[in-house]
Amino acid sequence: MTLAPERTARPSAPPEADAGPGRTGPAIGRAVDRVDGLAKTTGTARFSAEYPIPGLTHAVLVHAPIARGRIRSIDVAQAEAHPGVVLVLTHLNAPRLTPPPTRMNPMDLSTMAAGSSIAFLNTDEVHVDGQPVAAVVAETLESAQYAASLVRVDYETITPTADFEAELPTAKAVRSMPVLPPTGGKRGDARAAYTKAPVQVDLSFTTPQHNHNALEPHATTAVWDGKKLTVYEGCQNIDWTQKFLAKRFDVPASDVHVVSKYVGGGFGGKSKVWAATLITCMAAQVAQRPVRLALTREGVYRTVGGRTPTRQRVAIGASRTGQMEALIHQATSRKGRVGGEADQIISCSLDLYDAATILAEQKIVELDLMTNTAMRAPGEAQGSFAVESAVDELAIELGLDPVELRLLNQPVDKSPVHGTRYSHRRLAQALEQGRDLFGWADRPAPGTRDGKDLVGWGVAAAIHPAWEFVANVQLTVDATGSATLACAFHEMGMGTATVVGQMVADCLGVPLERVSALYGDSDLPMGPGAGGSGQTASLAASIEKACQAMRKRLDALASKSGMPDGSDPAEVLTRAGEQSLTVEVGADTGPKAMWGQVRFLSKMVMDSRRWMKAATGAHYCEVRVDADTGELRIRRWLSVFDVGRVVNPKTTHSQLRGGIVMGLGMAMGEETLIDTRTARIMNPSLAEYHVPVHADVPHLDVHTLDDPDPQMPLGILGAGEVGIVGVGAAVANAIRHATGRRVTDLPLTLDRIVG
Amino acid sequence: MKPISYAVPASIDEALAAIVDLPGAKFLGGGTNLVDLMREGIETPEVLVDVTRLPLAEITETPAGGLRIGAAVRNTDLAANLAVRQRYPVLAQAVLMGASGQIRNMATVGGNLLQRTRCLYFYDAAAACNKRDLGSGCGAVAGHNRMGAILGASEHCVAVHPSDLAVALVMLDAEVEVASRTGTRRIPIQDFHRLPGESPHLDTTLAADELVTAVTLPAEPLAASSRYRKVRDRASYAFALVSVAAALEVTNGTVSQARVALGGVAHKPWRATTLEQYLAGRPATDEEFAAAARAELAQAVGTPSTEFKIELAVRTITATLRRLRDEGGAA
Ligand SMILES: Cc1cc2nc3c(=O)[nH]c(=O)nc-3n(C[C@H](O)[C@H](O)[C@H](O)COP(=O)(O)OP(=O)(O)OC[C@H]3O[C@@H](n4cnc5c(N)ncnc54)[C@H](O)[C@@H]3O)c2cc1C
Ligand code: SF4
Repeated sequence: MTLAPERTARPSAPPEADAGPGRTGPAIGRAVDRVDGLAKTTGTARFSAEYPIPGLTHAVLVHAPIARGRIRSIDVAQAEAHPGVVLVLTHLNAPRLTPPPTRMNPMDLSTMAAGSSIAFLNTDEVHVDGQPVAAVVAETLESAQYAASLVRVDYETITPTADFEAELPTAKAVRSMPVLPPTGGKRGDARAAYTKAPVQVDLSFTTPQHNHNALEPHATTAVWDGKKLTVYEGCQNIDWTQKFLAKRFDVPASDVHVVSKYVGGGFGGKSKVWAATLITCMAAQVAQRPVRLALTREGVYRTVGGRTPTRQRVAIGASRTGQMEALIHQATSRKGRVGGEADQIISCSLDLYDAATILAEQKIVELDLMTNTAMRAPGEAQGSFAVESAVDELAIELGLDPVELRLLNQPVDKSPVHGTRYSHRRLAQALEQGRDLFGWADRPAPGTRDGKDLVGWGVAAAIHPAWEFVANVQLTVDATGSATLACAFHEMGMGTATVVGQMVADCLGVPLERVSALYGDSDLPMGPGAGGSGQTASLAASIEKACQAMRKRLDALASKSGMPDGSDPAEVLTRAGEQSLTVEVGADTGPKAMWGQVRFLSKMVMDSRRWMKAATGAHYCEVRVDADTGELRIRRWLSVFDVGRVVNPKTTHSQLRGGIVMGLGMAMGEETLIDTRTARIMNPSLAEYHVPVHADVPHLDVHTLDDPDPQMPLGILGAGEVGIVGVGAAVANAIRHATGRRVTDLPLTLDRIVG
Repeated sequence: MKPISYAVPASIDEALAAIVDLPGAKFLGGGTNLVDLMREGIETPEVLVDVTRLPLAEITETPAGGLRIGAAVRNTDLAANLAVRQRYPVLAQAVLMGASGQIRNMATVGGNLLQRTRCLYFYDAAAACNKRDLGSGCGAVAGHNRMGAILGASEHCVAVHPSDLAVALVMLDAEVEVASRTGTRRIPIQDFHRLPGESPHLDTTLAADELVTAVTLPAEPLAASSRYRKVRDRASYAFALVSVAAALEVTNGTVSQARVALGGVAHKPWRATTLEQYLAGRPATDEEFAAAARAELAQAVGTPSTEFKIELAVRTITATLRRLRDEGGAA
């Protein structure tokens, strides 16, 4: 058996000469350099902890080292006496805030942002390990840091409940909610069909807790001016943040100004408002000084939610020829006693395969741990590991090629559980194209050896639903022909500011370099959150509308001056004697905003009854496993995705690659270690929480079908999350092929591979 | 972090005086471990006495044909040194498999030997730890201890010494030169680090007022074909689950000399003397290598999370010896 030759790496997104001045023609589809690239690489881009504000003070949190209990007493005398200390804020002197909401209500956006139900510094109760119990504000960071270590707290402790595995018997069923992602589904009687199926695979899986490690730790700078608050905060949802802070501090939303120009990575970890943000605002209020608080890496682990661990069972029954008769996917996750939700762990099992019967259900346990929160493809990331591993095992059981088995069971045009129609479905093409590009036909025999290594090839499919949110935008064209799109959207490094320019250029018919975007500021029209991979598509919908409206008005003006439709905007405005023209899509204040939200939600429900829209993909990989030690190396990676229209191959592929890298982290090393005796995270650092290093990641060959989805704005399905889905399974399947071992627990460490 | 003061002694004598005279003084090498621990509130010195500007940064030949490596030589410079690479490749390999390029640029030889354990409970001021606070208990014994010891541990401490460099030095029979106000002494590297026993708070046999001035390597022709094999949880930038420093001399298919030290398995770099004795005079076969490794690990004790390291150690030793044999030893 000879191995397939190493393919010469081909750049997936060939660096294209950027638009020269005056270049016209389609901007969409071009690999345009990101507009913020220069500012970021030269360090001039300002992140939320970098605004130079006169009179700025620095805050440091004091974290409780217990997970449950009550503060008996707190001694701040020494801390207060330390030179440079401005304020020591505790539950004894902190301002009383409106209590946090205890559950999410999509009609009240302020509730969506609550990181937990803990009333930080408004209670003597401790609910989670690491809960901030005090904040020290000082003239310098160093002074605040040392003084924080001088705060003495005496606790009355209660033994926490934190062992996920041990608490599984207490799990309660999760009910699927409309509007929210699915946590269950049913087609026929899967239990009965499974029992009768001639070929059966039944496996159980675990995935551990993961924590957020964005390059930029969460940071807040808060400035009060009388009753008006300005917050510099790298966040994924300016709108929620503004409304939440307004509610908690009991001020009108219009008095809370959120500035979030650059965000150093979010991945779901910056969608909510966590303790430190609130405490910074409280501290600034009491100190009557601007306050900055940048969390330490440990602080992020302790005060920001992570990805829930899971225990899952996947059972598949099939005919001898490989038709899936039954697909059962049962999952249990955890939340905190003080909040969190069920990730949609089973959601990919609802739409990956056309099994004759399907049963998907979820349970959840409550623990004395920090709330769980969204983390890149929440649910699909964990669920796909289980279902795509089980499908691989089924292929082995059947003696079928795993790609063939997947193709054989593709739904034709309808979602198997809900019966909704696929707006367009290209998973089969992704699988086929990946198979050809990877050279799957040359897959070595199982257990093939190359020197000291065992060689294995694996495949897995990916799916991630497409989301759309409300995006209010304002488009202005001036007499020089420049177009400016204003919207409080989020640039977390994905390239949104860049692709927005491309979309406006083409929709309006102006050269790309005449377009700019204003974003990341609550003074702008309310934008969509950066989550669910839905920001670009949401913006596209409103940009299309705004550009149409603008063209109409320009054409009307043009005809007045006797010019034809579609004339150059600069000329139209100049002849008409207009300085500029502005159109708006959406309104975001008062009852109008409420109605907007109602209209939006009902459209979303209607839409979800008609269409199933999702990004899909296929991963192919080659691994080497050291036959002596079980050390795992990924040697080759190729993925093909259908993310609908690709607005910018450079930024899109970068998103997809980033998803794969994060998936490799899940696959190979990431695991939050919680001491179940104390409910305390024991590895809150990048030294001991293993994200992949460069040496773990091979060249990632990423391809996109670039086929617009007819039911999505500009055909865009979203690319932020689908990349991570299925990565763990592709690696586990390759390990199975190399070693004969089916590893069902993440991470795939060498002890599990050797067994 | 606690406010500290910082002293730059102009001479070794001044440094030795400072460590005694200034209350709460501690030597500072590259600071890559000490400063980390200070940030965590684990180490709380009052004064840092910087040793990196002392004349301790040279690598020189010894009269006995070995090398003398100054305690302030940076890890990067040690790994790049031609004499080290040619005559003691195991040492260069061990250094390059540790930490990251940036950390190695700062880290010194003395600091590397004296770095503290990475035990998660040692690193967490909120946890019980006999090493930090003798008598407080050991959080790791019944907690997360996957990186813990399988050899020579005690009920009071199951931590391992994290250094890769030290494992190579133990295999090479290096000596540590130390100085204090009362004079100098040489400590065989094997006696430098300790097993935890009843006093896990002591990592080494170095006294608080002693400065490491150098490490000396004896002349050892066999070392020219030595190897360092490190098994870890990611491809780079991770501490060893198990590491093996080894050299092998095979004459006519028979082992005339084997030298093996293990890392990641004990509170000190572990010299595999049982293995070495077993192999001497035996056929250089895979089976004998494995049997020797098993003999060494016979005394190993694992917890549910470290159990795998016993077999992993056996396999890694066997594979390393096999490779050395197949490459042809120095003889
Ligand atoms: C993320 C990370 C990963 C790492 N991975 C590895 C790894 O894989 N393998 C590995 O081996 N190491 C690893 N290291 C540890 C690194 O090698 C050590 O931090 C470094 O070698 C310490 O050297 P230093 O000079 O910076 O010591 P310092 O931090 O300056 O000092 C360490 C200790 O030595 C004492 N000291 C320093 N010099 C002397 C002297 N001359 N005499 C007496 N006492 C002295 C100090 O007082 C202090 O107690 C890692 C470190 C980090 C942060
Ligand atoms: S193993 Fe040693 S270092 Fe770790 S907690 Fe126990 S006593 Fe402390």
